[in-house]
Amino acid sequence: MSGAVTNIRSGARREWVINLVLLAGLGLVPLWAWFADAPFTITLATRAAILALAGTGLNIALGMGGLVSFGHAVFFGIGGYAMGILASHAQNYDPLVQWPVVIEGTQFMPVIWIVAILAGAVAALVIGALSLRTSGVYFIMITLAFGQMFYYFAISWPAYGGEDGLAIYVRNGFPGLNTLDPIQYFALCFAVLLVVLFFNARLIRSPFGLALNAARQSTQRVEAVGMDPFRLRLAAFVLSGAITALAGALFADLNRFASPAMFSWQLSGEIMVFVILGGVARLCGPLAGAVVFVMLEHFLGGLSEYWHIFLGLLLLLVVLLAKGGLIGLLSGRGAAHG
Amino acid sequence: MADQHTLLPVLEARSITRTFAALKANEDVSIDLKQGEIHAVIGPNGAGKSTLIQQICGTLAPDSGEVFLAGENITPLKAHQRARRGLARTFQVSALAMEDTVLENAVLGALGAQSGAGVSVMGMFSSALGNRALRDAAMEALLRVGLRDKAQVRTAQLSHGERRQLELAVALTLKPKAFVMDEPMAGLGASGSKAMTEFLDRLRREAPILLVEHDMDAVFALADRISVLVYGRIIATGTVDEIRADAGVREAYLGEDA
Ligand SMILES: Nc1ncnc2c1ncn2[C@@H]1O[C@H](COP(=O)(O)OP(=O)(O)OP(=O)(O)O)[C@@H](O)[C@H]1O
Ligand SMILES: [Mg+2]
Repeated sequence: MSGAVTNIRSGARREWVINLVLLAGLGLVPLWAWFADAPFTITLATRAAILALAGTGLNIALGMGGLVSFGHAVFFGIGGYAMGILASHAQNYDPLVQWPVVIEGTQFMPVIWIVAILAGAVAALVIGALSLRTSGVYFIMITLAFGQMFYYFAISWPAYGGEDGLAIYVRNGFPGLNTLDPIQYFALCFAVLLVVLFFNARLIRSPFGLALNAARQSTQRVEAVGMDPFRLRLAAFVLSGAITALAGALFADLNRFASPAMFSWQLSGEIMVFVILGGVARLCGPLAGAVVFVMLEHFLGGLSEYWHIFLGLLLLLVVLLAKGGLIGLLSGRGAAHG
Repeated sequence: MADQHTLLPVLEARSITRTFAALKANEDVSIDLKQGEIHAVIGPNGAGKSTLIQQICGTLAPDSGEVFLAGENITPLKAHQRARRGLARTFQVSALAMEDTVLENAVLGALGAQSGAGVSVMGMFSSALGNRALRDAAMEALLRVGLRDKAQVRTAQLSHGERRQLELAVALTLKPKAFVMDEPMAGLGASGSKAMTEFLDRLRREAPILLVEHDMDAVFALADRISVLVYGRIIATGTVDEIRADAGVREAYLGEDA
């Protein structure tokens, strides 16, 4: 028994080392690229950081809550359009709301982020309240259906670009930074990722995290101690949606473009795939997965448009070898949840 | 001289009826639990004992009938609300967070016993295991059931008997008004059952216990009253001696060896 306990501990330590190496790597590669004058590498790293953030959001629902949401692109898209709508109104000097009070658009990132987070949270509250009454395949299907609804809504909304999406001319601003400078925008996204990961690490250890984690393993258990599993899951879903929406806002700002594709089920699937690849319920699983995903997309995407096949093969291999994804494989903690 | 208050049953089920398709799993079942007592429910496999417990605890809705806890009609309440009102249940098939440690399971119980537990802002930022009060309550319960040394072990690594003990420890952390236990002796082995019997014997002073159990030695040693459930109906309720002497019970359930 004590041997097993020591194994858990040493595995946990190794996972922390891996997490630190991953984070240091993601922080240092763009720095190197900056010295080497390779801005595109910085953009790739920014993309990885943002996708890791989106995946971290999903991981709260999927990893901690056991909620297989196949519609997380909804929140990513909402974040993207929150940015696109606010920024396009601002750049056209066209108020967002005329009556009863005039509300202007904005190109100020902190405000855009707050709006994205709130919009994502509200959407997650509504979608969660409706879909969390079901479970299993029905839950997957309902979240997928919501995703499709938002997707078709976005492409049929001419005021905001319809199928063409919504482009903005300049990246939005952040006090004290030149966000158009790739390395500075990367630093900003990386900082947001670090803050959210810190928050997530606390959440995992918190009473809420303990209860949510238990609800995933046994609904009856949390009920028997007097907690409402529905409320726990709904809260997790809202947090999850809010974080993924923030990632969507950053992603749209990176591309200076909010497209309906941000709502697509393919994207929901991709986020889920790289989270599973990296390690479900692992703090840095989404980060590991996002880094591998972006690298595959970049190196193999150039060779063949069917690069997803390789992603699929890799996923299959990792899932067959270790339940804890890449992080589980590297830390030697194979169990799905640690 | 018992006053009116102590005469009022802590827990009471009135005319519970529940059918599954053509099967009458419970038919007009009434049972109550008074302060300080152990009321055992016995009956053959498939008699409807667990079905009754599920309806008392709120995980299954009765077709008709009502459940009262400390005088309050809790029939409309969900399982977690009933638990919050002071109903602690242990399961026939262990329902624990298997991937978590023994301590984490017990802390979950201590957390549930706190008011406003679950979703709160503080609940998202503080540390569960770092909370002294939660940890102490959890460790105390583990100590009482004899699982203190296993606190850091993953629950999945426990034996079946130890899982029963952990279920009991979690129930203890709730400091409930009444315990409802579905076969707590199952899988314990001879010495384990004996220890559990001694434990429950003392526990009834903290809160009364509705005890579903197949282990007749334990039932006869512990029960203040026994109700016999056969084919979904209670055919007799009485003291140990009364039940032992009941011809109908002997025929339907106890057989010659009683
Ligand atoms: N959800 C259900 N759907 C259909 N039938 C059920 C359901 N739950 C229980 N039953 C049936 O109701 C009857 C009573 O089951 P129950 O589990 O209450 O018996 P029990 O007295 O607890 O038996 P045991 O001693 O084996 O635990 C059984 O015939 C069982 O098959
Ligand atoms: Mg049973």
